[in-house]
Amino acid sequence: MTGLQYPRMYLYRRLVQAKLFIDQHYAEPIDLDCIADEAYFSKFHFIKQFKAIYQQTPHQYLKNVRMEKAKLLLQGGATVSDTCYAVGFESISSFSNLFKRANGVTPSAYLQQHQSLKAQIAATPLAYIPGCFAEKYGWFPKQQF
Amino acid sequence: MTVYVLDQNRALDFYTNKLGFRVVTDVPMGKDVRWLTVSPPQQPGLEIVLSPVSTAMFKQETVDVMTDLVRKGTFGVAVLTCDDIYATYEEMTAKGVEFTKAPKKEFYGTEAIFKDDSGNWFSLAQLT
Repeated sequence: MTGLQYPRMYLYRRLVQAKLFIDQHYAEPIDLDCIADEAYFSKFHFIKQFKAIYQQTPHQYLKNVRMEKAKLLLQGGATVSDTCYAVGFESISSFSNLFKRANGVTPSAYLQQHQSLKAQIAATPLAYIPGCFAEKYGWFPKQQF
Repeated sequence: MTVYVLDQNRALDFYTNKLGFRVVTDVPMGKDVRWLTVSPPQQPGLEIVLSPVSTAMFKQETVDVMTDLVRKGTFGVAVLTCDDIYATYEEMTAKGVEFTKAPKKEFYGTEAIFKDDSGNWFSLAQLT
């Protein structure tokens, strides 16, 4: 037992499974009605309980997961169009608009920023590592006084 | 904060995919070593260095001692807080994280204890 009585614990388990389903299937057209059915909830009850635990509706959570995955793909150098389709969007313009609203920059600007950051890291890696660690690990030449 | 890990790639998978942390800095520093830091999304100010216990950083005798100590679960690293410990516990368990203590009410809140993939342990707490 985890300190919670059976029905409450069971409720948690179903909600967590629903969240993990979104985590795994975010790139597919997810029907939240189906998730609610799978978790043995009415849609209304499902949304209410999900929001009580995660402070956002399942729909908001799905949108956020897609945005986070998009950022990871762009950071890895994927193109905007590949990223758009890989995270479950069908239109580049709606993806770009939503991305900009969520992150303050367009996906192409975000991609460019990270490409440039990667190039800077490759050129001057020690500029991104605290000197004390770099010295301790022998990455930084010791100062001669 | 530094966490000594036995395999940096495996630790990266554990901290990002199982704990949901984000990579802050990832700088390759030669063969098999990188400067790698991660951060919990709810606490972006907390940057954790995933430092490998490796001969690229330490002498072999030090590596042997540290490996043994980390693997034995000698080091308790930190208290990580969450909004809903039961939901977090269920999710981490579903992802295969090993808990050595299930959520239990304590005088300071509700606490569980889990281990990372190397053996370091963390307290997971809901402080309400």
